[in-house]
Amino acid sequence: MSWRERAADIIFVGPFLLFAAAFLVLPSLGLFVQAVTTAHGLSLAPLATLWSPDHLVAFRNSIEVSVLSAMVGAIGGGIGAWLTLTPGMPRWARALVSTFSAVAANFAGVPLAFAFIATLGTLGVITGLLKAVGIDIYAAGFSLFHIEGLVIVYAYFQIPLMLIVITPALEGLRREWREAAEGLGASTWQFWQHVGLPVLLPSLLSAAILLFGNAFSAYATPYALTAGNLPLVTIDISNVLSGNVSLSPAEGAALACGMIVVMAAAMLLYALLARRVGKWRAR
Amino acid sequence: MKWLWVPLAGYFALPLVATAVLSLWQGTRGYGFAAYVTLIHTPEMWNSLFLSARLAVETIIAGLVILVPAVFWMNLRLQRLRPVFDFLSVLPLVVPAISLVAGITAIYTGPDWLVGTANFLVIPYVILALPFTYRALDVGMRALDLRTLTEAAQSLGASWPSMIMRVLVPNLITALLGAALLTITIVIGEFTFANILLFNTFAVYINHIGSTSATQAAALSLLAFLLTWLAMLGVALGGRRAAR
Repeated sequence: MSWRERAADIIFVGPFLLFAAAFLVLPSLGLFVQAVTTAHGLSLAPLATLWSPDHLVAFRNSIEVSVLSAMVGAIGGGIGAWLTLTPGMPRWARALVSTFSAVAANFAGVPLAFAFIATLGTLGVITGLLKAVGIDIYAAGFSLFHIEGLVIVYAYFQIPLMLIVITPALEGLRREWREAAEGLGASTWQFWQHVGLPVLLPSLLSAAILLFGNAFSAYATPYALTAGNLPLVTIDISNVLSGNVSLSPAEGAALACGMIVVMAAAMLLYALLARRVGKWRAR
Repeated sequence: MKWLWVPLAGYFALPLVATAVLSLWQGTRGYGFAAYVTLIHTPEMWNSLFLSARLAVETIIAGLVILVPAVFWMNLRLQRLRPVFDFLSVLPLVVPAISLVAGITAIYTGPDWLVGTANFLVIPYVILALPFTYRALDVGMRALDLRTLTEAAQSLGASWPSMIMRVLVPNLITALLGAALLTITIVIGEFTFANILLFNTFAVYINHIGSTSATQAAALSLLAFLLTWLAMLGVALGGRRAAR
């Protein structure tokens, strides 16, 4: 390779790799260093605090909300994408749904929290309507500010995100296959069991991981909704960063590392599942 | 199956309707546009909106300047770097934003001209938009016959910069537009970085106004949602017409 070609490689690709290394890879790796560095030198003490009851509760809440909302999002978004792609759907309606999804998938924080407080809060529209017909959801133990409430609120960005990422895969599920299956006498259920799901499963799995990560790293929405009253990992980290509580920076870094490890574990699980699915499909 | 539309549409419409009702509520004076009128006359609102809009534009430009040449060259000459590119572009989805803030603030504590102004936010925002920008660019470039395009441009005597600006970019216009729109929605709604680094962006302002006036926060949220949606819809329908 001539020096001219090498110089061209560096000029075109170099800035991006340098940027990603400096502001994405290095900060992430730096967290792991910080997490074992205290004022008194290297120590595993900050990492050990991850096993304190407070932080364990935060991790459990975060994971629970993420798993539940990923499931709700995957089902709702899958159905939504399927409905949007039914033949005979006018073009403008599809544009309406796809653009709405792009906006709603990024709808978070105070706007989203307020929208739901006005709908399902103690004085919300739906809460009031249900009370008028004799159903008091808050008396029945429901709260918008607990896990079940967060799952309902998260669905507002999870369902659209699912719709966006799964639409290309559903489009790839050709109508011809459906027609061929029907021509061979397969019922709708049999089509999904033997053709639809096996083809879609890898895409569904990767979408589910994406949704899990999306909910797991959500910060603005729970911050605005629960005002920090429901322990979540992201809220804990922000408390450290903004100095609201007397935790050491190393403890914040340890929490952040914990999040990265949970996400890495989720990706690993996905890779294993994807391999098994690959084998199943090859049969 | 069609009836499933009803609960889905209801779930997405109701919170918006409830927000609209709340934004029009004027307490004992019934319903009206008081919250909207107050907002228009609030300079802080405009400042935060302009700041977010400026950051969105800067993020789009910075992201494209860094990514277009890199993705182009990777597709043309350095296919063996594809796994690296793929890995880097999913990393922002794996490393939660709040962790990234922690990591970045720990390493980059100065100089003041860099971390002291809101422009600093452009760096993390380019990272946040990376998964979407990269995907859009990569899909767009894979659909093009880059080798033929490049050779044609070079045989006509075009330099690399003019090749990128006058051949590549026009051919990628839909992909670029899609990436730009997603970047705008991300930047306008981004709260994590701005709040922790203490910059008064639009999302931070809505949060702040929410603690003093619920009706104004509702009005602002609704406007932001509907205006972004309308803009995207306009581009989606207009772009399709232009493509025909």
